[in-house]
Amino acid sequence: MGTLVEEIFSRKAGRLVQAGEIVVMDLDYMMSHDNTTPLAIKAFREIGKPIMDKNKIVIHFDHAYPAPNLLAAEAQKRIVDFMKEQGIMQFYHQGICHQVLIEEGYIQPGRVLIGGDSHSNTYGAFGAFGTGFGSTEIGVAWATGKTWFRTPETILMHLEGQAKPGVFAKDVMLYIAGMLGMDGATYKSVEFTGPYIKDLPMHERIIFANMSTEIGAKCGLIAPDETTIRFLETETKARGPFEMIEAVNPVYERVIEIDVTDFGPQVACHPDVDHVQALEQVQGLPIDEVFIGTCTNGRYEDLEIAAQILKGKRVSPFTRTIVTPASVQIYDKAMRNGLIQIFHDAGCTIGVVGCGACIGRHGGLLGPGERAFTTMNRNFIGRMGSPEAEIYLGSPAAAAATAIAGKITDPRTYLEV
Amino acid sequence: MGKAWKFDDNLNTDEIIPARYNITIVTQELAKNVFCEIKPDYARTVKAGDVIVGGQNFGCGSSREHAPIAIKGSGVMCIIARSYARIFFRNAINIGLPILECPEAVADITEGDDIEVNLSTGEIFNRTNGHRYQARPLPDFVLKIAEAGGIVNFLKKHDIQELIS
Repeated sequence: MGTLVEEIFSRKAGRLVQAGEIVVMDLDYMMSHDNTTPLAIKAFREIGKPIMDKNKIVIHFDHAYPAPNLLAAEAQKRIVDFMKEQGIMQFYHQGICHQVLIEEGYIQPGRVLIGGDSHSNTYGAFGAFGTGFGSTEIGVAWATGKTWFRTPETILMHLEGQAKPGVFAKDVMLYIAGMLGMDGATYKSVEFTGPYIKDLPMHERIIFANMSTEIGAKCGLIAPDETTIRFLETETKARGPFEMIEAVNPVYERVIEIDVTDFGPQVACHPDVDHVQALEQVQGLPIDEVFIGTCTNGRYEDLEIAAQILKGKRVSPFTRTIVTPASVQIYDKAMRNGLIQIFHDAGCTIGVVGCGACIGRHGGLLGPGERAFTTMNRNFIGRMGSPEAEIYLGSPAAAAATAIAGKITDPRTYLEV
Repeated sequence: MGKAWKFDDNLNTDEIIPARYNITIVTQELAKNVFCEIKPDYARTVKAGDVIVGGQNFGCGSSREHAPIAIKGSGVMCIIARSYARIFFRNAINIGLPILECPEAVADITEGDDIEVNLSTGEIFNRTNGHRYQARPLPDFVLKIAEAGGIVNFLKKHDIQELIS
């Protein structure tokens, strides 16, 4: 009974859980990465208790891997030593944590996961409860297998209509961020539903769960359906039977209805994710770096649409263009299908799989006065390097079009629409 | 009591401490670079007992705990804000950084005001203009963590289930 999050929590707790209730809950998995694991180890050591169940622990190296400097190398060595000491074997370093967790089959409907990364909301696209935590709580969860949650109230986001060619889930989500603002859903669960969502493939649904973080949400959920199950069975190592979860007589705090039919491409402008404008408003702004990748838009289909636009063309000579597949699995497929060749021929640089330039630690930092157009989820000041640089966010298609022109460009210029 | 340092709405974790300084987990190293881009003199001139006064959605963005650790390491007594971003709120409580929610105080306090805070009652006194404000009480289970000085200390003496019993 209840909203999707109440359903997930109730099944897990074995009793009816309602919004507002504080629950201490068993976790299916706790994830952390090279940036957040060191502090988790520190907290875990201070607690002084053994690991509750090492099979629930998953550790990824993706933020700055392979280590770009000595400090990162030292931190990563300490993590490896810890994993050896504790016998933690679920260790991955061939892609962005959120993508690899999906590919490896950890994400399934009804599961409850916490991640030492704010974009752990991503798992909600599969009807799993995922949310971001700080490191200390990851260390706590290693020792207890549990954590506390305040069961959130839910905002229902009902999306209908069909997006026009050249308009993607990223554009719709940026529009929502602009409408609700960066704290528009703080502490809330956001359920994305309606005919538009129902028709979307998984890589597009993931955008909404992933970027629910940008509006402050505790989780962004989409009820699992045939599309979810087919994806899990064919694209991941997960094998059913899968739990099907849906909202049952839910009470929503707020219902928002949006028709995407008339949407055009959107851009989040420097320096805030909710500073969103129609792309045509910022068209022509010169761009020094284009970055296509991340846990939001580094998937195969994102690279495919970018390649479709870049095929047979060259990127603007002074616009360095970096394409970073989110995982090795995606990289392999892109290679097999000729996408990497298209990017190379167009003058792009392929980054090392992982978070890449998104966090300003390696693989494409911005210098003072530079402006980037990226497929990331955030554009905070200083995120990609210099605090005097500017970051604009949009879809992979818009990023590819912008790379060719060297200035912000409507992707429909290059798509046959 | 101490000086008020004011910050805008939606202060994000990159503004608190940019990612490139997060490679270390040494509190004092983090504290050296806290707010380095938006208030470059802060780290040099902040004094123990000073107070941070933020706006709405304080600490939004990344899950990085480096952000509240850097603030705590800078020696401030507490943060007073209109509201907090979700992960920052948990992180601050968990590491034992006192945070208060008090929109009235935020609206009235100006940078540099002399502020006195009673953390156990949530009373805030502005010695500069003589005004008093009352912060919202923290939920019981959050108080249990805060009173223990953070979740790690809580778990040294209690089972996690005791948070809600």
